[in-house]
Amino acid sequence: MKKLLLATAAAALTAGAAGAEDIKIGLSLGFTGPLESMSPNMAKGAELAMKEVSDSGKLLDRSTVTSVQADNTCADAAASVAAVERLVTAEKVNGIMGGMCSGETIASLEKVAVPNGMVMISPSATSPALTDIDDKGFFFRTSPSDARQGEVMTDVIMDRGIKSVAVTYTNNDYGKGLAEAFKSSFEGKGGTVTIMAAHDDGKADYSAEVGALAAAGGEALVVAGYVDQGGSGIVRGSMDAGAFDTFVFPDGMISDALVTRFGTELENSFGQNPSSEGPGRDAFIKVAETAGFDGTSAFAAESYDAAALMMLAMQAAKSSDPKVYKDKVLDVANAPGEKIAAGELAKGLELLAAGTDIDYDGATAVELVGPGESAGVYREVDFKGGKLNVIGTR
Amino acid sequence: MDLLNALVAILNFVVIPASAYGAQLALGALGVTLIYGILRFSNFAHGDTMAFGTAVTILLTWGLQAGGISLGPLPTGLLALPVAIALTSVLVLVTDRLVYRHYRRVKASPIVIVMASVGVMFVMNGLTRLVIGVDEIQFADGARFVVSVPQFKAMTGLDEGLALRTTQAITLVLTAAAVWALFAFLNRTRAGKAMRAYADNEDLALLSGIDPERVVRLTWIIATALAVAAGTLYGLDKSFKAFNYFQILLPIFAAAIVGGLGSPLGAVAGGFVIAFSEVALTYPWKKIAQYLGFEPAGLLQLLSTEYKFAVSFVILIVVLLVKPTGLFRGKSY
Repeated sequence: MKKLLLATAAAALTAGAAGAEDIKIGLSLGFTGPLESMSPNMAKGAELAMKEVSDSGKLLDRSTVTSVQADNTCADAAASVAAVERLVTAEKVNGIMGGMCSGETIASLEKVAVPNGMVMISPSATSPALTDIDDKGFFFRTSPSDARQGEVMTDVIMDRGIKSVAVTYTNNDYGKGLAEAFKSSFEGKGGTVTIMAAHDDGKADYSAEVGALAAAGGEALVVAGYVDQGGSGIVRGSMDAGAFDTFVFPDGMISDALVTRFGTELENSFGQNPSSEGPGRDAFIKVAETAGFDGTSAFAAESYDAAALMMLAMQAAKSSDPKVYKDKVLDVANAPGEKIAAGELAKGLELLAAGTDIDYDGATAVELVGPGESAGVYREVDFKGGKLNVIGTR
Repeated sequence: MDLLNALVAILNFVVIPASAYGAQLALGALGVTLIYGILRFSNFAHGDTMAFGTAVTILLTWGLQAGGISLGPLPTGLLALPVAIALTSVLVLVTDRLVYRHYRRVKASPIVIVMASVGVMFVMNGLTRLVIGVDEIQFADGARFVVSVPQFKAMTGLDEGLALRTTQAITLVLTAAAVWALFAFLNRTRAGKAMRAYADNEDLALLSGIDPERVVRLTWIIATALAVAAGTLYGLDKSFKAFNYFQILLPIFAAAIVGGLGSPLGAVAGGFVIAFSEVALTYPWKKIAQYLGFEPAGLLQLLSTEYKFAVSFVILIVVLLVKPTGLFRGKSY
């Protein structure tokens, strides 16, 4: 009798597993720390995609998707490893949307996700080091590698006939990765980098850095830093001392704050940042507005796409097991197949259930290249007339 | 001509910025050293006193600007400074009454009072952010340059430019004035002599009829005046960001210790030693060498700029090993 009961119970359990389940997706973001202002909207972006899928009731026999938030601090690799460890072992999530900053993403991927066979899709880690990392097929990102930005920046600079530049970068994985990617690309095309000088953020004085950059010289200064941090300090110092009057700004610097701060002094300067314009993005911003948050906030769209990709891959693989659906991520993200934009996840799930191939474009025109990272569309900007002007995309 | 170019380049990129930064550190270090010499503890809340005082200055500046009052070519902040000093002094005196007086009465050991000052630091830290927020604020108005690079080039016809910002000039002039006034006060006036006596020997000072509470109050007010002046000058010269004032505490303490804690002269010297070592040791001398007729292959940079903080700490360690009381014979309790 006892055995019969057990067997019935076991049968009931397995039957349950094959049907609807509660799928958990972990959000590993820096809810506290240097990028704490960005994290809430990134989480909302990802949760928006989850809600859309849950409400449709079309994922894996009416499965629902819930999010589990974990604070990775962005700055402290040990804290991030602990947070992701909790998601994997205690919360038993089926996938992780994260990490957020390059350094902690590398640490949590190598120490937790890969050994445990967990898929991580990062919306915002851009270090070139993540391209070559031994991820066993478990890591993807919906943001482009800074190696790509290095190439774009090289073209933007070369097209203006500038052959020699000085480079300063914020002393972390982002700044160093971008600066080195740029240097190798720029020198590969025959340009000269006169000096690579790191600067630390939040310091009292940047005269030493400005002095060194000025002494090394160059036709322009590349500032791979943050606009709210040391990057602006260096620009201010260089302008006042007459060291440079042409600045090249990558994504960390381009914002309205830069224009408010320097206005017409940036007449000769230019730069580029990743940006996707088009119907997908407009659709996302609209859905976000209905959900009550700002869809234009940095990396919110990338977060939506990261979560959406994960769920579409589950549908395509007919399984929420990360070891199985990891092989489907590239399939649903890239051509061939029917285009799916943001807000059309239900349609995508339906098509996949019917066995039709899809090409997920989402909010950021997702196209994964190489080992699973966004190809990256950049817009080129300049600051003529004291305004931020978009002059083209690359 | 090339010699002149080399000289101008050194002035523009090393001497002027390092002097202004050194003067800001010196003012901060003077306050730290006064508290250490007379009240006998390292005041960790000094950086945040600077931040709070500067925040008050900024609020008053905005008020003055709204009322249409300005100082012409000089920044309006200077007009607000004395009032800000008075207001911040009130806050600091209240802090002394609430926190430090208790520890003085029970004759707590210096390390206990230092820890109490860390607590005060966190409270002030939060207070400043409540009052003015965490964002970066530019509050310098008036003329930006005494001499700007294009003007200088047009004037002299040299290849190298020279820029002297109004705020740099003001920093140097105000620091010189403050240091002179402080030394005159300590050496010439009755109250100053009482302070020095109290610093030398508390019991003897008491016996000779010096009111200790009065000395303590005076010390706080002077240290606060120095702190608020240093904070405002630093904010005018760069920009105000509450977090940076916490960071600047480190070089300020380095300056005070290198010069000798408790020695006002040492604090001033220490400020300039730290600033010049940070800027000059990481400066690439390539351009200067070219002007002097050499063709160097590299940048001639002794240390890359990442190491500029290491420089001040190496100096600090060497001074502590070789001359533990600092360059100007400070004290150690």
